[in-house]
Amino acid sequence: MIKEKYYISDFCSIRDKKIFKNGDQLHIDLESDNLKDFAKGVYKFLELKYPKFHKMDELCKLGFLASEVLLKDREKVDRDTALVLSNRSSSLDTDRKHQISIQDREDFYPSPAVFVYTLPNIIMGEISIKNNLKSENAFFVTENFDTDFMSNYSKILMNTGKASNVICGWVDLDNDKYDVFLAFLSKKGEKELTKEELNNLYNQ
Amino acid sequence: MKKVYLIADNIISPLGFSTEENIENLRLNKTGIKKVDDDDIWSKPFFGAVIDNDKLSVAWNTISNDSVYTKLEKMMLLSVSKLLTENPSLDITKCGVIISTTKGNINSLRGDSDEKAYLASISKTVQRYFKLDHTPVILSNACISGGLALAVGKRMIQSELFEDVVVIGGDLLSEFTLSGFFSFQAVSTAPCKPFCKNRTGISLGEAAASAWLSSNKKNVTEEAISITGDASANDANHISGPSRTGEGLFISITKALKEAGIESNQIDYITAHGTATPYNDEMEAIAFNRAGMKSVPINSLKGYYGHTLGASALIESIIARHCLINNELFASLGFEELGVSEPINVIDKNHKKELKRVLKTASGFGGCNVALIIEKEVS
Amino acid sequence: MAELREELKEKLIEQLSLEDVEVSEIGDDDPLFGDGLGLDSIDALELIVLLEKDYGIKLKDPKEGKAIFESIGVMADYISKHRTK
Repeated sequence: MIKEKYYISDFCSIRDKKIFKNGDQLHIDLESDNLKDFAKGVYKFLELKYPKFHKMDELCKLGFLASEVLLKDREKVDRDTALVLSNRSSSLDTDRKHQISIQDREDFYPSPAVFVYTLPNIIMGEISIKNNLKSENAFFVTENFDTDFMSNYSKILMNTGKASNVICGWVDLDNDKYDVFLAFLSKKGEKELTKEELNNLYNQ
Repeated sequence: MKKVYLIADNIISPLGFSTEENIENLRLNKTGIKKVDDDDIWSKPFFGAVIDNDKLSVAWNTISNDSVYTKLEKMMLLSVSKLLTENPSLDITKCGVIISTTKGNINSLRGDSDEKAYLASISKTVQRYFKLDHTPVILSNACISGGLALAVGKRMIQSELFEDVVVIGGDLLSEFTLSGFFSFQAVSTAPCKPFCKNRTGISLGEAAASAWLSSNKKNVTEEAISITGDASANDANHISGPSRTGEGLFISITKALKEAGIESNQIDYITAHGTATPYNDEMEAIAFNRAGMKSVPINSLKGYYGHTLGASALIESIIARHCLINNELFASLGFEELGVSEPINVIDKNHKKELKRVLKTASGFGGCNVALIIEKEVS
Repeated sequence: MAELREELKEKLIEQLSLEDVEVSEIGDDDPLFGDGLGLDSIDALELIVLLEKDYGIKLKDPKEGKAIFESIGVMADYISKHRTK
């Protein structure tokens, strides 16, 4: 078993139209009545100028926005910072859109811009492109945020030198219900990385 | 660091329901790709590698009378059942289990209930069927899933989470993925031709496979084959277009070689991704050249299996294990004339060759890449 | 023709999610790819679908797209000559 200690340096969540970073509420949006508008509001709040954002599907937008919040105050992110994400619903939100476009053989127009998002790991591609992370990626699908497995796997990556830091978390979207939590894991810090601590922060 | 051995495996594909049958067909350069005329998948005939439903039913009935399972679940459960039958010492209830799939039971989205479309439903099916006390984890990382699952398994063993891991991979040839690749103008109108000048795109396929990884050398019955290096890296370039410089693949290869403690000239064979799209194959040729591997014999098995998505890199790694054991190389089916800008040494006919180390690579949407070094222990 | 060009600009913005771009900002002869609007390979594929879905034009070879999608002007010319709906 890995004996070295690793730490949770920062964490953030997007839930119920609210954004939290390190436990503090950063943003609340009570006006938007759909996810697309909420995501656009957050984009404006973060003062982002990144046209690619508007092309992303809603799941990627959520993961991308969370990564922006998480990395906001860092000058530079090491390119060996791994991405280890998970969720319950994979890319089903966009899978359903693609399925609708092919449901009727008489009106059969699958869209490449939709199809490309029918894989959950695309979120990590988007975050990697924005932050120039040429790092380890892995996307796991589990019933709930499995903090035991996710903290273990993140530790393995840092312990074997395969990653300098890890962005680990849960990015789920299903039928307009979303739940996003990201944590920045590293070799230095105050909060020790354990499954219990990760679970506590996720449930805050 | 503990050594992680590839102990045993099974492949369920159009080329057979055992690894041996698959290998025999590769020796005959037989392809699983044929003209498919199945309105359930596509309104017109297309080239793809599908598993015959009747043949699957017959094989399924030898292990179960239960028909509640989807085609993909039957393929996966059959693969693991065969692995367990052939290896009585393998106790799957004590193993870590990783399932690699990109789209799982995606056909369930067509119907009224999409419960089975959730990937976790497959892990619950596997858990119940084999009476596991823990739920297998699903890895869904586009076209590198099968190779990355082996890397994840190896890492879990080396970190002493488990002594043994079973990796299961599978995906179907569905209207869902076929329509998407058609919209990408990426489907070949003839069986795919990896690395060839006349390649025009992919052929899709379907398959399931399973492999047993173990750190316990006592489990090794045939020659000892281990995974000695693994790495994955993102291109950080584009979500669907392969990198023009092969950056992520090059980084993956370099890191995997470093972990294995070898130089690029110590690789005897590359079993590449080789999807036969113009840009993918070109990107791979660039990356292999950057890594100093232009003269290493290379093939793509996509001409035999089509692109089986979440199963592909797992199947190709399993075949690599047997190539190492048997000291043989298979022709890269569909290849006629080199069609990439950098030189690579594509295998044009089957032959015997003393092999010690194989490089397995895969690349996929999202800019992901993986490289594995698979090595034979010389006693 | 002017009407078709305006229609195409609106469709481009909508279909390709060009949130920050206004119809008035797209010139008839501005290059759509490269330095112009900065469209990429997925956008090009999306335009092939748009041709087929909205104008009944099916390209025999997707490579033809490169010339057709040079600018709004060129696209409009091509569509008016080949449209079936």
